[in-house]
Amino acid sequence: MKTLTVSVVTPDGPVLEDQYEMVSCKAESGELGILPGHIPLVAPLAISAVRLKKDNKTEKIAVSGGFLEVRPDKVTVLAQAAEKPSDIDVERARKAKERAERRLQAKQDDIDFKRAELALKRALNRLDVAQSE
Amino acid sequence: MASLRDIKGRINSTKKTMQITKAMEMVSASKLNRAEQNAKAFVPYMEKMQEVVASIASGNTGVEHPMLKARPVKKTGYIVITSDRGLAGAYNSNVLRKVYQTIQERHQSTDEYTVIAIGKVGREFFKKRNMPVAKEIIGLADQPNFADIQTIASETVEMYASEEIDELYLYYNHFVSAISQVVTEKKLLPLTDINPEGQKQTSYEYEPDEEAILKVLLPQYAESLIYGALLDGKASEHAARMTAMKNATDNASEMIDTLTLSYNRARQASITQEISEIVSGAAALE
Repeated sequence: MKTLTVSVVTPDGPVLEDQYEMVSCKAESGELGILPGHIPLVAPLAISAVRLKKDNKTEKIAVSGGFLEVRPDKVTVLAQAAEKPSDIDVERARKAKERAERRLQAKQDDIDFKRAELALKRALNRLDVAQSE
Repeated sequence: MASLRDIKGRINSTKKTMQITKAMEMVSASKLNRAEQNAKAFVPYMEKMQEVVASIASGNTGVEHPMLKARPVKKTGYIVITSDRGLAGAYNSNVLRKVYQTIQERHQSTDEYTVIAIGKVGREFFKKRNMPVAKEIIGLADQPNFADIQTIASETVEMYASEEIDELYLYYNHFVSAISQVVTEKKLLPLTDINPEGQKQTSYEYEPDEEAILKVLLPQYAESLIYGALLDGKASEHAARMTAMKNATDNASEMIDTLTLSYNRARQASITQEISEIVSGAAALE
């Protein structure tokens, strides 16, 4: 089976670099599945889980936005924050979720609302990925 | 001449100071090590980012984004990176002097610029001179991570996007080596100096299109430039503090040497005096 190199990098350093058979992720315009030999592509990612397939096993990485760069033999995920399930601080994510929910309830001006919404999405994504482990 | 006790006291206090400066030197040396590692971990992210930005910016000329286009400047933003604590030699004063001079040269009134202060020393400096400080962050860790700075970075980029400021400069100490740090001025926004030279070009497909990608990419790029400068600044801070403390330790040991010399002299003098007193006392008895 052909594989491609996947590396996930954040400003705090590389999170992961390994060989996988397939990458599927949620871009802002919809689901994307990438197999080896894909044409060069750049796409912004939604706050979601990037799924990496190898030997019938799927690994998940929680990604907070950022984007995806594809070359025929290599996929790079550039995100401001990305975590493996084992690295996720569940307690912190839960707190962030509660905080964001409270802010959404309070309904302040637009910017705060948007920010709280994004924070909630990130927290839910982290919790989701952590629980799938 | 100072009394023996006085000199002894000074020697002791200098020794204590030397212990402290020596400890601080070693602490800074290990922090510098960590800071260099952090800066190194950041490199792959930045390189990749630059590669993609450059290939989009150079590939198709049809793309437009407010961050790529210079507009008439009504207000300028200055991000100034300083430390929270002193005892780092000329680290802070170098940056602050440079910013202060630049602002004095370029602007007539305080309406024309605003400062985003990272670090306590910078904040105090500008507040004291009644210069506008739009945003500030203090108490950053010695080994900051991206989350620490993300809010202020994205708010600053947002200030540009909402046309609150029309250009943005970044001032920090660039880390050259453990003994040399250079004050650097960098024009952050608009992003006019993305040069794709020397990079291998790939023609990408864009999903959904260039403009949607630029909307995500450019703010992220600008934010990571700020973070990169902060990492660089932190490495410089530790290096500057290490050098300053090394100098202080050297000076202290020199001072102890001189003091010990004058202590011995004073002791010898008092012994000589005593002997001559005894001798003259004995001579008087004869």
